[in-house]
Amino acid sequence: MTVIGKPVDRVDGRLKVTGVATYAAEFNQPNMAYAFPVRSTIAKGTVTAFDTAAAEKSAGVIAVLTHKNASRIKALNPGEQMKAGIIFLGEDLVPLQDNKVHYFGQFIALVVAETYEQARHATVLLKITYASEKHAIDLKSELQKGFKPTKLFGEEAQINPGKTADLIAASPHKIEHTYTTSTENHHPMEPHAAIAVWEGTDKLTLYDATQGVGVTRAIAAYFLNLKPENVRVISPYVGGGFGCKGAWFHIVLAAMAGQVTKRPIKLVITRQMMQTNVGRRGATIQKIALGTDHNGKLTAIRHHNETYTNLAQFFEPSGLQTAVLYEAPLREITYQVARLNIGTPTFMRAPGEAPGTFALESAMDEMAFEMKIDPLEFRVLNHAAADPIKKHPFSCDNLLECYSTGAEKFGWSNRRMQPRQTRNGKYLVGYGMATATYPAGRSSASARVQMTVKGEIKVMTAAADIGTGTYTVLAQTAADVLGVSVDRITVKIGDSSLPPAPIAGGSQTTASVHPAVLAACEMLREDLMKLAVADAKSKLNGRKAEEIAFANAKFFVKGDASMSDSYEGIMRRNGKVMMEACTTVTPASGVGLGTPVAPCMPVPTAPEENSDAKKYSFHSFGAQFAEVWVDEDFGTIRVRRMTSVQDVGRIMNEKTARSQIIGGVIFGLGAALMEATEYDHRWANPVTRSLADYHVPVNLDVPEIDVHFIGKPDPHISPIGARGIGEIGITGVSAAIANAVFNATGKRIRSLPLTMDKLL
Amino acid sequence: MRPFKFSPTNDINSAAQMLMANTNAKFLAGGTNILDLMKEDVERPDELVDITRLKFTQIKPISEGTNKGGISIGGLSKNSDTANDPEIRQNFPLLTQAILAGASAQIRNMATNGGNLNQRTRCSYFYDTAMPCNKREPGTGCGAREGINRMHAVFGWSEDCVAVNPSDMCVALVALDAVVKVQGADGKERSIPFADYHRLPGDTPQKDNNLAQGELITAIEIPKNNFSGKSYYLKVRDRASYAFALVSVAAALEMDGNQIKGARIAMGGVAHKPWRAMEAEKFLTGKSANEANFKQAAENEMQNAKPLEHNKFKVELGRRAIVRALTQAMNGGTNQ
Repeated sequence: MTVIGKPVDRVDGRLKVTGVATYAAEFNQPNMAYAFPVRSTIAKGTVTAFDTAAAEKSAGVIAVLTHKNASRIKALNPGEQMKAGIIFLGEDLVPLQDNKVHYFGQFIALVVAETYEQARHATVLLKITYASEKHAIDLKSELQKGFKPTKLFGEEAQINPGKTADLIAASPHKIEHTYTTSTENHHPMEPHAAIAVWEGTDKLTLYDATQGVGVTRAIAAYFLNLKPENVRVISPYVGGGFGCKGAWFHIVLAAMAGQVTKRPIKLVITRQMMQTNVGRRGATIQKIALGTDHNGKLTAIRHHNETYTNLAQFFEPSGLQTAVLYEAPLREITYQVARLNIGTPTFMRAPGEAPGTFALESAMDEMAFEMKIDPLEFRVLNHAAADPIKKHPFSCDNLLECYSTGAEKFGWSNRRMQPRQTRNGKYLVGYGMATATYPAGRSSASARVQMTVKGEIKVMTAAADIGTGTYTVLAQTAADVLGVSVDRITVKIGDSSLPPAPIAGGSQTTASVHPAVLAACEMLREDLMKLAVADAKSKLNGRKAEEIAFANAKFFVKGDASMSDSYEGIMRRNGKVMMEACTTVTPASGVGLGTPVAPCMPVPTAPEENSDAKKYSFHSFGAQFAEVWVDEDFGTIRVRRMTSVQDVGRIMNEKTARSQIIGGVIFGLGAALMEATEYDHRWANPVTRSLADYHVPVNLDVPEIDVHFIGKPDPHISPIGARGIGEIGITGVSAAIANAVFNATGKRIRSLPLTMDKLL
Repeated sequence: MRPFKFSPTNDINSAAQMLMANTNAKFLAGGTNILDLMKEDVERPDELVDITRLKFTQIKPISEGTNKGGISIGGLSKNSDTANDPEIRQNFPLLTQAILAGASAQIRNMATNGGNLNQRTRCSYFYDTAMPCNKREPGTGCGAREGINRMHAVFGWSEDCVAVNPSDMCVALVALDAVVKVQGADGKERSIPFADYHRLPGDTPQKDNNLAQGELITAIEIPKNNFSGKSYYLKVRDRASYAFALVSVAAALEMDGNQIKGARIAMGGVAHKPWRAMEAEKFLTGKSANEANFKQAAENEMQNAKPLEHNKFKVELGRRAIVRALTQAMNGGTNQ
């Protein structure tokens, strides 16, 4: 591999910075009309009346859709949805089908007009009457009426309930604390946006901002009762996703508006809607108890997780990392989930691990301090050599190396055990660290590769690039496998008419799609080589495959570069204008987030490859280190530098990988210091309505982030050995920062975000 | 955004007359606040009178009158031009610091000085038309009084409104005893002392200031002072930049040896108007500049604070911020 791993510039970078890259809302259509959603101003109850007269008369208005006049679309049916390929639906709430309101800000009507401004203006002219009911908004009180989920991502949700009490009570050292994290919102730069274009009544094209054209197509086809092959979803560029794009109903709303008006419809949601209508990370209350023996070895871990949901099965799975990290004879992980009348929680960058590592890794720091052991040493002492629950070895675990590398790069040895020992001017200085972890999933994927006689190569797969670098790294893989330069490769993704790939979720794109591209490129290369070997005019004629090497768009005999044949020459002599290969690669662990059908040539995978169900447990690991400066007079925290060391298998592109980790760490820094969606309990409305109130880090909040990769290929995940890296960067960050704040000030803050008032 | 008529003008008299002829009309200058408010359906003018072509953009020394030796900044000068004016940087560094502590470079490049004075509160209940708000819709009640009021007032609020003025610039201007020059539809000019420009909410929170219909800010005059660089603008906020103040303090000291001849202290983020800390100023006058006196001054001011459910921290924060700002002012206003 010569190009894989290199810090190749983004192949789409110039397109993006020059504005040439076309995002969903920019695919303007002739005769297009605009839809703008109307939102409820109560949190629970029913709409008793819509007075649409003034809105309908307003300039430019074409239609006002409410539950009274909107077309009836298919009802929810989880079994049928799954069969239709809807592996995930953001919210169990088919729009405009009844008058029920489940949260403040719910879409309850849609205005369609000639312009965006006219549509938006008409929404304020609607008069809506409600019958309110008492809403549920207070997490603590609603938890009692909540439920104990039995399943979490297909596995037992409740692990050893009630079983650790005696062990912890009998442990010579023990701690028990409650940690809380806030509701957060994704807020990618680009809002959700769709343009729906009907062709007749049974063919639909959707330009959408989605993390998965496949799942978006499945949702549109199922609920609008269309044949999947008659729905095409196009999403070449996505301005960030973080888990909130691809599974929401704005596409269906746009299509419904198009049915009524017989016009192409653009629907772009506002930043205020991003705060409510497209998911959030639910707040958590996490109770952690740890026991250790006299030597500091853990005797038991208990992690009780409380959170909420609304119209979904999903709840924030903040106990996930506790099933993976640290050796202990017994661990207990339990959940209690309330139902609240606020917008539905969903997957958000490292769902579970992001808030979960705050609790677990804060508790580990507290226990280490209690034992007077260095917190890093304490983690090394309790390192899990194998998956603590499944008991399998990890496919590739270099966590101990992450700790040691991080300690060295960060200068951990300068840390003082006792808090409040280091000052710089008016600032108290502290060091903190935490472990990072995220599962390394892989799903089935398909890819098609075409090569023209001119040497132009197209790689096609319905994957997404949500800013991660998919375009670039796929080009690198194809270039390596075909022995050509990266600039010969054009990558086509983000189109449901391409061979299917899993949704860009769960950090799976790299691990899943590259093996498919690799297989397709190998197949194409072998087909080409066979032509040469069989060709009397070729210098490779009659050679065995193992005698032949390739580079610079040529085959040559190993050890004798003069005995070569170019791809172009082979294709010309054989009258080929274009050659192609299409493969579907399914790992031994199964289809996963991919599609059950294999549209291309199935390529078998080795028995050792991703056989996690039987033999290996697949996880990425890392270590996060933070230095904070605290102005004690004001309680304001500045993170001065961070070191992040990640064990994520082979690095496909050193530059885009680094960007992923930097982005993740900044995401974690936001969660640590400022991100929180607040609700007024009287109306259950978010009072943090926009990015003016919902703070995310600005440049001045973000210090230098020193990223290091272990870089050893995972021998079991795929022939390439690369795991996904989109999410792990956020994990552990908030704990590392909170632990550093303790080291600086002696104050242990167990509630995120660490706003200044908590330290004052 | 509701449809509106766009009325450009080159002439202050016609601008004022347009507002007299249509009480639903508003002036448009930088637009960094009113356009947002119109998109949110909070402000609903049916006419915007574009005053950006008026010539009130000068920043110039005052050569006569009561404020002779001071500086006049145009009502339509941009915030960034004002902050970066060499004369202001040199002689009124408090104003430069305060302006640069607010918003972002892009917003400051658009926003005008008059607009800064007239910007409206960022209270979330004011912005959300589904919520009660006496400022937006008199008589509907105050959502924040019993709601999420972490960002809200600790001084001078009423049961009708607990919102705060969001400006940084205005905190410096009130400390500097600035004067707001306005011109009305009748062509007459009048001067409003800065401390009297903004209002406390009382039972008319819909009125942020004492500007009459049709009146336009032509300039803001800042009198000469003897602070000799002993001034500082401190802003405490939830992130390092681009956030409104939890508490801010503008402090300036006129010294006579080690004795404080005159102190000017104003606070932001604590009241419906830029809050002049008169109790603290009174205590410090004639005292020596030391930490004990700064603390007592802060205590004298903050003991009158009446915090709400979620902003109790602002009382202690206010004390510490006053002390820090005074200390920094004594140190020559540097960022230590």
